[in-house]
Amino acid sequence: MKFATALLAASALAGVAQAGTIRVGPGPDAQERIQTALLDAKPGDTVQLAAGRYELTDGLSLDVNNVTVKGAGPKATVLSFKGQKGAGEGLLITSDQVTVRDFAIEDSRGDGIKSKGADEISFVNVRVEWTGGPKETNGAYGVYPVSSTNVLIDRVVVRGASDAGIYVGQSKNIVVKNSRAEFNVAGIEIENSMNADVFDNVATRNTGGILVFDLPNLPQMGGHSTRLFRNKVVDNDTPNFAPKGNIVAGVPTGTGIMVMANRNVHVFNNDIAGNQSTAVMLVSYTQKFDDKTYNPLPRDIVVRDNKIGKNGWNPQFKGGPMIAQMMGGSLPPVVWDGVTSFAGLSDVVNVRITDGPVLNLNLPAPGQVEQAKPSVAKTIGGTPVAEPDAVVLPKRQADLGG
Amino acid sequence: MRRWLAAMAALISLGATQPPEGVAVDVLMAETPAQKLADYRLFTDAGARRPNGGLTPYGLNTPLFSDYAEKFRLVWLPPGTQAQYTADGVLAFPVGAVLVKTFAYPADLRHPDENIRYVETRLLIHQAAGWVARTYLWNAEQTEAVLKRAGARLEVGFVDGQGRARSVDYAVPNQNQCKECHQLDKAVTPIGPKARNLNGDFVYVEGAENQLAHWTRWGLLSGAPGPAAAPRTVRWDDAAASVDGRARAYLDANCAHCHNPRAVASNSGLFLGVEETRPAALGVGKQPVAAGRGAGNLNVGIDPGHPDTSIIAYRMASREPGVMMPELGRSVIHEEGLALIRQWIAGMPVRNSGLPNPAEGR
Repeated sequence: MKFATALLAASALAGVAQAGTIRVGPGPDAQERIQTALLDAKPGDTVQLAAGRYELTDGLSLDVNNVTVKGAGPKATVLSFKGQKGAGEGLLITSDQVTVRDFAIEDSRGDGIKSKGADEISFVNVRVEWTGGPKETNGAYGVYPVSSTNVLIDRVVVRGASDAGIYVGQSKNIVVKNSRAEFNVAGIEIENSMNADVFDNVATRNTGGILVFDLPNLPQMGGHSTRLFRNKVVDNDTPNFAPKGNIVAGVPTGTGIMVMANRNVHVFNNDIAGNQSTAVMLVSYTQKFDDKTYNPLPRDIVVRDNKIGKNGWNPQFKGGPMIAQMMGGSLPPVVWDGVTSFAGLSDVVNVRITDGPVLNLNLPAPGQVEQAKPSVAKTIGGTPVAEPDAVVLPKRQADLGG
Repeated sequence: MRRWLAAMAALISLGATQPPEGVAVDVLMAETPAQKLADYRLFTDAGARRPNGGLTPYGLNTPLFSDYAEKFRLVWLPPGTQAQYTADGVLAFPVGAVLVKTFAYPADLRHPDENIRYVETRLLIHQAAGWVARTYLWNAEQTEAVLKRAGARLEVGFVDGQGRARSVDYAVPNQNQCKECHQLDKAVTPIGPKARNLNGDFVYVEGAENQLAHWTRWGLLSGAPGPAAAPRTVRWDDAAASVDGRARAYLDANCAHCHNPRAVASNSGLFLGVEETRPAALGVGKQPVAAGRGAGNLNVGIDPGHPDTSIIAYRMASREPGVMMPELGRSVIHEEGLALIRQWIAGMPVRNSGLPNPAEGR
C-alpha cells in the first residue's frame, strides 16, 4: 500500500497522471450514479457522461482535485434540473484543478454551475440554459466561479440567467473568451476581481452586455486590472428581468458595457452597436454603504479604438431621455457620471476616453442625477494608464483553450 | 489470554448475555467506510437503541433545524483522552473522537418518546488526517443501517406539534454536502459541540447535570471552567430569554456554519455567528450580492423593524431551491424559527428606512 502511494506520488511528480475514466450513462437513478462517480473519482480521473438526457432531482457536487467532468458535447449530453428539489445550484465544485467540459446544464433552480474557492477551474464548451427564456424565476448565474485563482471560461454559452450569464466574482487571474451570453440580464460580469481578460466573446440580446463592477461589504474588494477587447457587444435589448434588490436590477435595458466602481479597466477594439441606452457607461456605486475600505468610483479607465455603431437612441435610465433630446435624439457613445471625488478618499480619479464624444454628467456625488451639469467633450484625455499585462494561466489550464 | 478470560466470563455468567465487545476502533479509523453502521459496534443492539460502553449522550442548547427531525447525539472518545475546552468555537476533540447523530421521527411530535422511526445515523470521525463524515440509512424494519454516500430522498410522515399530519421530502445529504456545512477553511469539522452550546443541563440516566460539568467529571473534557464561568448559548425556544439572545443563537446554529468568513458562504459577506458585531455583516442594511431570485425583490438582508422587507426572513419562509435558506437540510419551513427571527427584526429600532445612516458610513 505504501509502495503504491509512493509510486503514485512519483508519477505525479513526473507529470504522468494515472488517469482513469469513470463512465456514466443516462437512465434511471442518474442522480445517484453521477453523484457516486463524482465521489469515487480520484485525482487525474475523468468522469465521462455519455450522450443523452439526465433527469436530476438534486444538486450535484464535486470535491476531488484534478478531475475532469466531460460530456459528449453541449447538445448531446444534457443534465436537466427541471425536477430539482434542493441545493442552490445544479453542479457545485469545491476542489482545485477541475475542468468541466462538453455538456449542458438546463433549468437549474438556482445557479447553473458554481465553483467556490476552486483554483485552476476551467469551464470549456459548456452550455447553461434556462429553456423557458428570460424569466425572473430563472436562476441567478449560469457559470459562477467565485473566490478562485486562475479561472478559464472558454466556448461557454449561457442563456436566460436572471442575474449574469457568465459571472466571475472575488477571483484573481481570469480569462473569459470565445463565449456567448444571450438573453441574460447581464451577459458577462466581472465583479470584485483582479486581472481579467475578457475577449472574443459575443454578448447579445441581454439587458446589459458586459459589466465590470466592484461592490462593498465583501471579503474581496478593490477590483482592478481588467481588459475587455475584441468582444461583440451588440443588440442588447432584453428588458431587465432581474429580481429587484440585486445590483444588476439597476442596469438600464440596452447597455453595452458598464463599469461601476473598479480600477484600471481597459475597453478597446470591441464592436459595440444596437444598444438603446448607451454603448459604454462609467458610473459610481450609488447605494449607501457601511464600509470604510471601499471606493465607489470608477478610476483609471481607458476607452479607446472601439468600433461603435448606433447606440443610445432611447436611454432607459433616469434623466436619459431628456438628455438625449437635448443632444439631438441620442446619447454619445460614452457616458460618464463624472464623479471625481468622494468624502474620505484621496485616490485621483483619472479617465482616458478617446472614443468620443463623451457625455460627462458632472455629478457632484454618486447617483445625484438631479444635480447633473451635462457637458459633451470630444474626448477626455486623462493621463495615460498603463495597460495590465495579458493574463497568463498555468500551462495545463491554458492548453485546454481552443 | 484475553479470549480465555472472555470464555471464562461467559461460563461464569451462564445464561446471561455475553458481555458486549467494545467499540470497533480499527473499523472507525479505517480509511474505507464500513458498509454497515453495526460494523463500528457503537451500539449493542441491531436497532441502535442501546449505545455501547463509553458513549455519552449529549444535547445542544440550540440545534440546527432539520425538518422537525429529532436528533440523538452521542460522543465517544478513546479511553484516557479528553476534549480540550475552548471558550469560542468547537471543543478541541482528540484524534479518535467519534460524534454520532441519529435523525429520527416520532410518529407524533407531541409524544416525542414514542414510536420513533430512525431515518439516518451520521458519524463524524476524527481520524489522524482529519475529520471524516459518513451517513447510514435505516431500513424500514429498523434493523440495519447501510452506508449511503450519494444522498437520497425519503418521504417521511409524522404528526406535528399542533396535531397536523405532515409529510416531508427528507433529504439525506451526499458526502460532499456533509462537508459543505461541516467545514472551516476547507477542512471538515464538527459544528454543534461548542462549549457555549453544551453549557446546559442534560438528563442522564442518573439525573440531570450540566454537560460541561458532567464531561469534566467523567474525564471527557479538560480545561473547562465551572459552567457559570463558561459562555452559554441560550435555548432558541426559551421564552424566558431575550429575543435578541434567542435569535442570535438560532442564526448561529442554523446559518453560521456557512455564513462564516472561513466557510462556504464567505463570499456573501453575510456573517451570522454569535461573535459577529458589525451590523452590515449581520445583514442590517446590506444589499444582496449573488442572491438572484433569493432576494425576493427586496433590497436588504435585514430591514430593521420590517421583517416583511428583510431578505433573511423571506428566504427562511421559502421552500424553493434557489431561494430557501439554508440551502441544505430542510424541505419544510421552520415556522417557529421563522417567527422568532421575524420578531427579532420587528423589534429592531427603525433607522433611515433600514439603510445604514450615511454619516455612520464613513
